[in-house]
Amino acid sequence: MPKTIIEKIWEQHIVYEEQGKPDLLYIDLHLLHEVTSPQAFEGLRMNGRKVRRPDLCFATMDHNVPTRNRDTIRDPISRLQIKTLQDNCDEFGVPLAGINHPDQGIVHVIGPELGLTQPGKTIVCGDSHTSTHGAFGALAFGIGTSEVEHVLSTQTLWQSKPKTMEIRIDGDLGFGVTSKDIILAIIAKFGIDMGTGHIVEYTGEAIRKLTMEQRMTICNMSIEAGARAGLISPDKTTVEYLRGRRHVPQGADFDKVAVQWLSLATDQDAKYDVSLSIHTDEISPFVTWGTNPAMGSGIAGHVPYSTDFEKQADRDALQQALAYMKLEEGTPLSSIAIQHVFIGSCTNARLGDLRAASQVVEGKKVHSSVTAIVVPGSESVKRAAEEEGLDKIFLEAGFEWRETGCSMCLAMNEDSVPAGERCASTSNRNFEGRQGAGAMTHLVSPVMAAAAAIEGHFTDIRKYMHESVPS
Amino acid sequence: MKPINKITSVMTPLDRKNVDTDQIISKEFLKRIERTGFGKYLFYHWRFNSDGTTVENFVLNDERYRGSEILVAQENFGCGSSREHAPWAIQDYGFNVVIAPSYADIFYNNCVKNGVLAIRLKGHEVDELIQKGKNELFKLEVNLEDQSVVAQDGTHYKFEMDPYWKEMLLKGWDEIALTFQYESLITAYEEKRH
Ligand code: SF4
Repeated sequence: MPKTIIEKIWEQHIVYEEQGKPDLLYIDLHLLHEVTSPQAFEGLRMNGRKVRRPDLCFATMDHNVPTRNRDTIRDPISRLQIKTLQDNCDEFGVPLAGINHPDQGIVHVIGPELGLTQPGKTIVCGDSHTSTHGAFGALAFGIGTSEVEHVLSTQTLWQSKPKTMEIRIDGDLGFGVTSKDIILAIIAKFGIDMGTGHIVEYTGEAIRKLTMEQRMTICNMSIEAGARAGLISPDKTTVEYLRGRRHVPQGADFDKVAVQWLSLATDQDAKYDVSLSIHTDEISPFVTWGTNPAMGSGIAGHVPYSTDFEKQADRDALQQALAYMKLEEGTPLSSIAIQHVFIGSCTNARLGDLRAASQVVEGKKVHSSVTAIVVPGSESVKRAAEEEGLDKIFLEAGFEWRETGCSMCLAMNEDSVPAGERCASTSNRNFEGRQGAGAMTHLVSPVMAAAAAIEGHFTDIRKYMHESVPS
Repeated sequence: MKPINKITSVMTPLDRKNVDTDQIISKEFLKRIERTGFGKYLFYHWRFNSDGTTVENFVLNDERYRGSEILVAQENFGCGSSREHAPWAIQDYGFNVVIAPSYADIFYNNCVKNGVLAIRLKGHEVDELIQKGKNELFKLEVNLEDQSVVAQDGTHYKFEMDPYWKEMLLKGWDEIALTFQYESLITAYEEKRH
């Protein structure tokens, strides 16, 4: 029977199955960071348990790390959390890319870079954006801290088999339209909880043409549509991205394993429980106006009217969102002025994202009322960008060029947006208070963020760009 | 984990959908390295203004609901971040049961692992409860064994529950200890593949 990649990976990882119970699944890679792991390690200690397979774990610190003055974490609680991860990794023998390590970065950026992320693996992390790794054809999902403890002790998880969902993206990406716009458009079209209980596979010609970095942006935000995981069948692009990376087999062994990887791709005629599709004609550069990622529209659009919604609950949700966002019904998105620009996060802080944004700002100046920062997704991205001189382009335009980390994506370190101010952000969540108490977040692609930095308000990147198409 | 079966309490109506875990527990409180003490930060920015004064019309600030063990909210409760600090905060505040039409997957799992009973009722049933709970102090009797919720006006609701998680909640099992019973299978799997 033809199978989807989801079924193939699932079946290969069943350690134990019994009617009426979840399956016991083996976990191939366990990523850890400082925020969701301390209580799990503490649980191990309290029960006298060990880490079963430290060699299948990899830890880094990203959420709390400062993006300036790396060595002085002023908040003592942040400092303790970072030290706790260091101590736990030492005690339990878990490999760690610590704060000053050349491999440090946002956990979902470094996994792929190091080649730890591979097709066919089951990958977990105490972090909902673990779905990012699905771009490689891995089954990757976020877990809670109790589950982190469970994986540390047993290298397995009890999981009920989710349903499968296909989202097919037909067509070609238009000028100035990016993979960020694809995923924002999908969430806006199908809803913030459309994926609940499902693993999504993204298919279609538009997906095949994307680079691995662009695919990661899409899979990253699967959780914003409620999906348990999101993935893409591996192809030549996947294989070529991984070739030569540190943790993949080298030489002839690589070619052997690559054949296995490619055989994981969903079989023709395989059936999904649900199939949805969207055409790129429907997708233009996106801007969110509300307090969840589904509350967005193409840049030519406006904030909706109450009367656009039939259900009272949706009208209430609109009013709650607008009260927080200090916006009126019917406001054109291009008229919204911003005071901050954040180019960063595990969604959009890879080299391709920084290149695209730099092309927009090159030779221009950040608007006088805007504070704009670039936070590369990892040390390796930062080094590569600096080699190309991207840091200079940003700095000359008036951006700040920072050290790596999650930074203003969730504002756990010192980077935050002040109350009552508005940010064009390349991150993935526009929830109330996400970037700081009272801060207002608008999610956009890196090129849209770059253009907003120059103009001081949102603007259609397609009008703004005159040269080649960064995407 | 503490076993859970019957809870009788006044319900707290939270008439919002898509309540995300950033609202349940805000990031500035995620730096603690313990599992306890999160209750006072539950819904912090909905409970308190930036100057520390309480937000008047937020339901958790309504004295009448003090001591309530059952939180009733609208669909897609607990979406967003995987932070287990969310159920920790809910439980530490005093809620042992959440009722909603639907939950985000990770949040739901996190509840089960901590002995917080997350119940799914139909959308119109939750609407009904929230209306009643807003109008008067409204008591519910939750029974996991029977998979039922009986309201003080006699209305009876049934809910579905995965038998495996139900057993886990009723017995208050340590899941890791349970999994260790399968250790030889895990080792066999590793010999084959890792
Ligand atoms: S960048 Fe943002 S979304 Fe990504 S792991 Fe860090 S905090 Fe989470």
